[in-house]
Amino acid sequence: MELTRRKLLAIGSSTFALASLSSLPAFASLTDDAIATLTGGADLGEGAITLTAPEIAENGNTVPIEFDAPGAAEVTLFADGNPVPSVATFKFGPLSGSRSASTRIRLAGTQNVVAIAKMEDGSFQMAKANVKVTIGGCGG
Amino acid sequence: MASGVKPRVKVPKKASVGETITIKTLISHKMESGQRKDDDGNIIPRSIINRFTADFNGQNVVDVTLEPAISTNPYFQFEAVVPESGEFKFTWYDDDGSVYDTSKKITVG
Amino acid sequence: MKITKMAIGSVAALVGMTGLSFADPDEDSLTINGDISIVTETAAPAHAENLSTIYSGWRFRSDETQAFQMDDFDNPGMIGVENATVDWETVDGSAGKSCSSCHGTPEDMAGLRAEYPKWNEEKSQVTTLEMEVNNCRENRMGAEKWKYTGGKMTDMIALISSVSRGMPVNVAIDGPAKETWEQGKQLYYTRFGQLELSCANCHEDSYGMMIRADHLSQGQINGFPTYRLKNTKLNSVHARFKGCVRDTRAETFKPGSPEFVALQLYVASRGNGLSVEGPSVRN
Repeated sequence: MELTRRKLLAIGSSTFALASLSSLPAFASLTDDAIATLTGGADLGEGAITLTAPEIAENGNTVPIEFDAPGAAEVTLFADGNPVPSVATFKFGPLSGSRSASTRIRLAGTQNVVAIAKMEDGSFQMAKANVKVTIGGCGG
Repeated sequence: MASGVKPRVKVPKKASVGETITIKTLISHKMESGQRKDDDGNIIPRSIINRFTADFNGQNVVDVTLEPAISTNPYFQFEAVVPESGEFKFTWYDDDGSVYDTSKKITVG
Repeated sequence: MKITKMAIGSVAALVGMTGLSFADPDEDSLTINGDISIVTETAAPAHAENLSTIYSGWRFRSDETQAFQMDDFDNPGMIGVENATVDWETVDGSAGKSCSSCHGTPEDMAGLRAEYPKWNEEKSQVTTLEMEVNNCRENRMGAEKWKYTGGKMTDMIALISSVSRGMPVNVAIDGPAKETWEQGKQLYYTRFGQLELSCANCHEDSYGMMIRADHLSQGQINGFPTYRLKNTKLNSVHARFKGCVRDTRAETFKPGSPEFVALQLYVASRGNGLSVEGPSVRN
């Protein structure tokens, strides 16, 4: 293909248009994209997972998170306001005693923690918890 | 090998057959996220534990993929079923290729 | 105009409500490992004349932060304690000694943390545990001193503190320690920095209030060394003092300086009666 000035301009402006469109829901979309990749676009049920997170985290550097997802084969956690939304994936083996776990995570600011469970029957479940991350009083 | 990395686990010493037990694990590790900059403004390269597994007598309990959003000194609590006496094996995989593991015996009866 | 007034009124009500809900420490009680009972609230000692009740900083933290300290496995500060347990047994220096050569087990140190800083007759001065550790290292072990607020030192203080958990803080403020204590008291009430803040402005006049999104404690030091969620490591008393003074936009005293030793004795004495908690967990 021969690149003419006109073609270059066309490519430039369409790229620009795309960029400005996609920049609108930028934060949510990173996580949405990751979830879509995980589920292959399947419907997300709600109600089967309990996600426990503090309403207010005193420090975003160490936030305790807990989930309980009976019937899940694996559970993936996302933090939708982090520069990299993926947090962890738990795959449960034959000797797991429950489909639950606790861990401690980093949150870059106030945002949603999202748990997506792939159930043993192949369906998907979701739970969300908003965590407000406070700014400390003293830098000390 | 990253310095000061030391695994800790908490497993009951005894359980009854088929009992569900709670396990806690923690490994001392910086979990350098790859998002931070040093004083000169250069990105500090990512260096994290990226995988953790717990097995009992060769069968898997849980297999976790960790991302940089897991806090310093990665901590996990989860439950396992113990069908017989045996040994838990816990393994942590470091970005730098190091593998750390520790084992705990449990008497079932 | 009426609308504006109403708006101001409701804002005031809201501020009043949040002020109320955050005015006090919570009502939770602390037991570590289901075994060690911790006194987090008690009558203030007579020499803390502007306080009626003293509270551990634990009482000002959220339930989630509090939970970290209720079980040693959940407390990441115990990593430091474990590291120090190894150092305790490690021979270092020209005399071929370890801590255990003279002092037996770490458990034999029970009670020390509750009494320090303390008058040292031989040195004719009030010393901290850090100074005593370095005194041992330099003069008895023939080893290099540890950095006053360094990782090795703070881990060791956490180990020594951990075996005193549950014991009441009881530093002596009379006798030969009195002069140092008076000096510390003077520092506590001296305004420092461009912000012209004394320790008392925040931790005596305003504890229980919010400083931005943070719940101000009484600044008790019974929980030190403290594992902070913020920097995910054990923090020493003097490192915390330095942070506080720096935040007033002042030139700070040095960790290990006579000023900070005096301040530590005074602040510790304000917590006489609270349990030793270190290593504690704070935000």
